Amino acid sequence: MDEGLVRELTPQVIGVLVRRGADFAAAEDAVQEALLKAWETWPATRPDDPRAWLVTTAWRKYLDSVRSDAARRGREQRAELEPAPGPTEHTDDTLRLYLLCAHPSLTPASAVALTLRAVGGLTTRQIAEAYLVPEATMAQRISRAKRAAADVRWDRPGDLSTVLRVLYLVFNEGYTGNVDLTAEAIRLTRQLAALTNDVEVAGLLALMLLHQARRGARTRPDGTLVPLAEQDRSRWDTALIAEGVVVLQAALARDRLGEYQAQAAIAALHADARSVEETDWVQIVGWYDELLGITDSPVVRLNRAVAVGEADGARAGLAALADVDATLPRHAAVSAYLHEKDGNLAVAARQYADAARAASNLAERDHLTRQAARLNEKLRG
Amino acid sequence: MKYLLLKHYRGAPAAVNDVPMDQWTPAEIDAHMAYMNDWAKRLEGTGEFVDGQALSPEGTFVRYDGEGRPPVTDGPFAETKDLIAGWMVIDVDSYERAIELAGELSAAPGAGGKPIHEWLEVRPFLTYTPTVTE
Repeated sequence: MDEGLVRELTPQVIGVLVRRGADFAAAEDAVQEALLKAWETWPATRPDDPRAWLVTTAWRKYLDSVRSDAARRGREQRAELEPAPGPTEHTDDTLRLYLLCAHPSLTPASAVALTLRAVGGLTTRQIAEAYLVPEATMAQRISRAKRAAADVRWDRPGDLSTVLRVLYLVFNEGYTGNVDLTAEAIRLTRQLAALTNDVEVAGLLALMLLHQARRGARTRPDGTLVPLAEQDRSRWDTALIAEGVVVLQAALARDRLGEYQAQAAIAALHADARSVEETDWVQIVGWYDELLGITDSPVVRLNRAVAVGEADGARAGLAALADVDATLPRHAAVSAYLHEKDGNLAVAARQYADAARAASNLAERDHLTRQAARLNEKLRG
Repeated sequence: MKYLLLKHYRGAPAAVNDVPMDQWTPAEIDAHMAYMNDWAKRLEGTGEFVDGQALSPEGTFVRYDGEGRPPVTDGPFAETKDLIAGWMVIDVDSYERAIELAGELSAAPGAGGKPIHEWLEVRPFLTYTPTVTE
């Protein structure tokens, strides 16, 4: 069965049901049930018109639920004549769904879950597996998200910046199980970029494409991390890089710089260098300065210190690092890197070990432990 | 983000209401169990529950004893400082929320129907490497 098609149709079908008068929560449930039925029956008999099949099946599921609700409450049944399908304004509907699912009244985790289900067309089970929680927990998270979204008006659902944050969260999750969340985030962002003319949507899409291009080279088959400087650049995906650069250049040309465009520009400069020595660190520092102008975050300052260390030498990097909050995760790792570059191996070894203890993820911890071990071996002579 | 809430038989600082469970009344034990189950059920309802398990206090230490030999077993050791009783795993939006929930769990009723004020250990899970790191 064509999984991609089903996922693409999901938000459109929800839109049709809402236009026919279903409330969002009930429409979304009905479409999810129709999806499950599609998964079950399509492998044997694929309908000629998948969209029409999904609309009809979902609408029936919706009417069933309305009827059983009405029966439970012992009230009159609602009118159930099937209205003629409205104009196919599925572009607007899909965009509304993005905004609704990422509405600021939802917590980030529930916005992520709801987006993946209603916009992404994933099943609750798939989302639960992707986030390593029980299916019942994920189902509850989604229903709570829908309750939170219930007060939001369908025609005035929120703003694009929270949508971008949600898509970025999905992309950045990192874990790849049965559902590749980075690929799904790219698909959803690509689709969003086609629905809007927003420069930051384009910026985020470029950022994702440029990072995805390097993804395969970033880990060894055993899961250990390969630092940027040691990556086999012939394994970078040149098609994704080319696409990312085109998207980014078109966005930058419109002269409305934002956070994601600036981050994408940094990623593009890395992608552009055929070897680590050819990296244009001076320009990268320039982009970090731009980024600081937009959003003065400690993480940006930390990453900027690394770039300064490459552009102007380890001492300059350490000086830049002196202004960065030392309690940040990865602060010790950056400090260790710059101290090693400065020739101070004993300090670097100790800081790598500290950084390993403070690491929040497994691959990074193992990588930092190995760095400390490498320097300690060298120090023993 | 996921957190492990660890409950210790031994090794944590003493609880405020520190009476061994076998000294409670059966009704107090029932009330305690009901509290724990309700807590887990409520967290499932908020979409934050991942797992909850209890462990037997009796365990065995095992180690490799060389090629072709069966593993050596030993214990239990009465002097072992740290003895895990069980855990809850939660998936929450913030560290503050994890602390709040652990505080609630620690309020489970014990002897005299009063909260145990038991010390629970909150440990973050190591995650997967984020896609964007620069």
